[in-house]
Amino acid sequence: MKKYDAIVVGAGHNGLTNAAYLAKSGLDVLCLEKNDYIGGATVSRNLYKDWYYSNCSYVCSLLRPEIFRDLNLARHGLQVTPYGGGTVFMENGDYLGSYPDHEVHYREYARFSKADADAYERYSADTMRQCRFIRDFLLRTPPDPTSFKPKDLKELAHLGSRFYEMGEQRMYDTIRFWTMSVAEYLDEYFETDVIKAALSGSGIIGTALGIHSPGTAYVLLHHYMGDVDGSMGAWGYARGGMGSVAKAISGAFQSYGGELRTDAGVDQIVVKNGKVKGVALTTGEEIDASIVVSAMDVKRTFLKCMDKNDLDDDFYNRVKNFKIRGSSGKLNIALDGLPTFPALPKNSPLLDGDMHFIDSMERMERAYDDWKEGTWSKDPYVDMVIPTVCDPTMAPPGKHFMSCFVQYCPATVEGREWTDEERDQFGQTVIDQIAEYSPDFKDLILHCEVRTPKEIENEAGLTEGNIFHGELTMDQLMFNRPIPGYAQYRGPVGGLYMCGSSNHPGGGVMAAPGCNAAREILLDLKRRDITPANFGDD
Amino acid sequence: MTIQEVEQGRLRSPFYPRQAEIDRLNNWHEWKGYSSADGFYDTTLEYFSIRNSTGVFDLTPMTKYRITGPDALDYLNRLVTRDMRKIKPGRVAYAVWCDDQGQVIDDGTIFHLSEGDYRLCSQERHMSWLTMSAIGMDVSIVDETEEICALAVQGPTSFSILQAMGIKGIEKLRPFGLAHFDFQGSGIMISRTGFTGDLGYEVWLSPDQALDLWDALFEAGKIYGIMAIGTEALEQSRIEAGFIAAYVDFLPADVTVRSGRSRSPLELGLDWLVDFKKPNFNGRRALAEEKRKGSTWQLVKLDIEGNKPAHHSYVYANPKSKKEVGFITSAVWSPVCKQNIALGTVRSPHGKVGDKLYVEVYYQREMHWSRVMAEAIVVDKPFWDPPRKRATPPGPF
Repeated sequence: MKKYDAIVVGAGHNGLTNAAYLAKSGLDVLCLEKNDYIGGATVSRNLYKDWYYSNCSYVCSLLRPEIFRDLNLARHGLQVTPYGGGTVFMENGDYLGSYPDHEVHYREYARFSKADADAYERYSADTMRQCRFIRDFLLRTPPDPTSFKPKDLKELAHLGSRFYEMGEQRMYDTIRFWTMSVAEYLDEYFETDVIKAALSGSGIIGTALGIHSPGTAYVLLHHYMGDVDGSMGAWGYARGGMGSVAKAISGAFQSYGGELRTDAGVDQIVVKNGKVKGVALTTGEEIDASIVVSAMDVKRTFLKCMDKNDLDDDFYNRVKNFKIRGSSGKLNIALDGLPTFPALPKNSPLLDGDMHFIDSMERMERAYDDWKEGTWSKDPYVDMVIPTVCDPTMAPPGKHFMSCFVQYCPATVEGREWTDEERDQFGQTVIDQIAEYSPDFKDLILHCEVRTPKEIENEAGLTEGNIFHGELTMDQLMFNRPIPGYAQYRGPVGGLYMCGSSNHPGGGVMAAPGCNAAREILLDLKRRDITPANFGDD
Repeated sequence: MTIQEVEQGRLRSPFYPRQAEIDRLNNWHEWKGYSSADGFYDTTLEYFSIRNSTGVFDLTPMTKYRITGPDALDYLNRLVTRDMRKIKPGRVAYAVWCDDQGQVIDDGTIFHLSEGDYRLCSQERHMSWLTMSAIGMDVSIVDETEEICALAVQGPTSFSILQAMGIKGIEKLRPFGLAHFDFQGSGIMISRTGFTGDLGYEVWLSPDQALDLWDALFEAGKIYGIMAIGTEALEQSRIEAGFIAAYVDFLPADVTVRSGRSRSPLELGLDWLVDFKKPNFNGRRALAEEKRKGSTWQLVKLDIEGNKPAHHSYVYANPKSKKEVGFITSAVWSPVCKQNIALGTVRSPHGKVGDKLYVEVYYQREMHWSRVMAEAIVVDKPFWDPPRKRATPPGPF
């Protein structure tokens, strides 16, 4: 029977990236996907007539440009188009706009507070400084601070020197920044409630924490550190939906001779004599390989797809305690036309950007209170976009696709499974909130897919539907991600590796974990490192 | 008798009233006497409209000559280096013309409107040269720059938009084809040409049709992501397409002052435009000689590592070398190719396809300057070359 050099489990963007680099290096690689389509949470699903939904991830910014270029993703059909601006609709009929043009942005903030409009400059510089610090580590393997291996010492020295380079005051700031809440962070700059509410959203997306929870300032950073063509903090749409990302990476993978199999769910990673032997599929079929790379999240990998007896107890327990709580849901809507938002001026560029409907810090926190009570937010934080305002390929001309990311939405309702009724109520909550600001919205809905963490887990395989494969809190970042001692992509069993977002540098459509894991695998195989280095100095 | 004083300010394109309505940036420059916008809305989004939906660029200021008469074909064939006999009515040819030394005076497009009736479009003005070349021939050359205005409609949904506008038969137009269509009872000409390297058309009309056409175009384009674009967006896409621009990547030979600053078509990578088998054309002897002896310069398309655009950079054959072999003339980070690309000129024999060169890139970050020696590979294909550009009929997007 054929034995592969490596099997990658899961054809999401990280699994595919990892597989692409292994195949590019000349290894015989098989990438397995449980669904009959690839992409994991990076998909464009045709669920209604001629509409294509980015029904999980929906915008793109973190995808490493170094990988984009190195794997020739443009040639494989990927195009990322930036979108401009954003709006927070206010209960009093006003709105707060966010504009890509610097001076327009200033004037809009100044409408609320000149001090805040000025503070935005300082806030941007301070935030960008942190981004610049972290960006350098995205395509690097975190050093193990307990190790005395030359490689780890060198990486630690690098980390230290980058930190030291920031200067005394900013070193203090950095430590504070990494541990404080997004609300406290914003309080240091702004006085206007709606401005703080607008900026705080990035601190909680995908996270089971509230704006006052420590650690949420970092989550904000995680949403700012990406870029579109060098414009830091900008977000874009993948033409054709997020599935284009997976399609392009799989195109690269296959161009290097890699083999892709869909409808091939892995039941178990098979271990023999402390080394991986291959995988057993749910169909009973066994496939052998000297290396198995799991792109699944760490809980799914070790708690669901391995024999507990193959793992040490403390390790197993730590995986069990890994925080990967469900906190968000999603509505994907086919629209018969573009909804109007009477609060906005006609032809406003804001109509092309993202939209939000919570205008105060108190409402932000109350949304989290509902989650703590074990239910979905009755007044949720919604990140709403209509990619079809600039993408002609996802819906028929004149029709639109609307993506609503919703926070908060628990994995279970008051501790028990979601019922279909509850799911529909959750969807209705979101629709009602948007309809407050768009009178014709409800009439334009042709089809609506409502996804709670349950649906996301069942389809994309993300434990509790957590979009980041585990929360981005300090105790689960860098050399502690996913668990201490295992931050360098190597599993607890010989030949087993991890390349999903449970690993450094975490979630988002970044492809960095997949690429970094490939680097470590190639290192172990004593093959040349073909993964790209940081562009640097951006 | 009153003499009408010549226009003292910048001219306005006949599309200006509509452009003024949508203009948010208030950012204009001069182009051949006309006001031309750098951008109207958001230059990044305008650029992406070319690659993702449709961008509309006003190319009214382009110089346009109507060339007619019994000798029109012979005249043009003698003027330009390519064989114009192969360009049938309804076709468009990209062409260059040279001085006696085989140095390029300009490049442009020649539209074969109907048998013996041509339009020559170029960046620069050339009436003097064109008239001089016409001595002894029965040909009429008329400057119709102000009588014809034009819009470039470029991007993946451009075909859908023209079709939605009711342009019957547009699906049959092949790349470099032109045809006359009815528009609200009067005629317009549409060619499948452009400066973006993407699916796209150019619509040619008389100024009195300008506003009606603009309105119809933008009305039809509303659901296809149509956007008016300025020069900044166009310039980016022009480099991605690998097209050269006068005064940027070459200088018109007749206005260079210093010797050695002009270029032959062979040096500009336009060998495919030079046909030695056709009857005599201006500069032929010099070009044949250059072909035999070899060229001094070579225009190259470079794929440069990293993400720092190589503006005004020197090019070296190896990273340690003190003496440069050439320089960059156009550079841009390509958002659609995710590539750091440039056009440059290097001294022969450097610059063969596949050659590895080094580009000295200076970049500024918060006042301080840094320098990298970036590896650059010479490529021969356009950086951006989507199949939809060639498809007939084109797809909906």
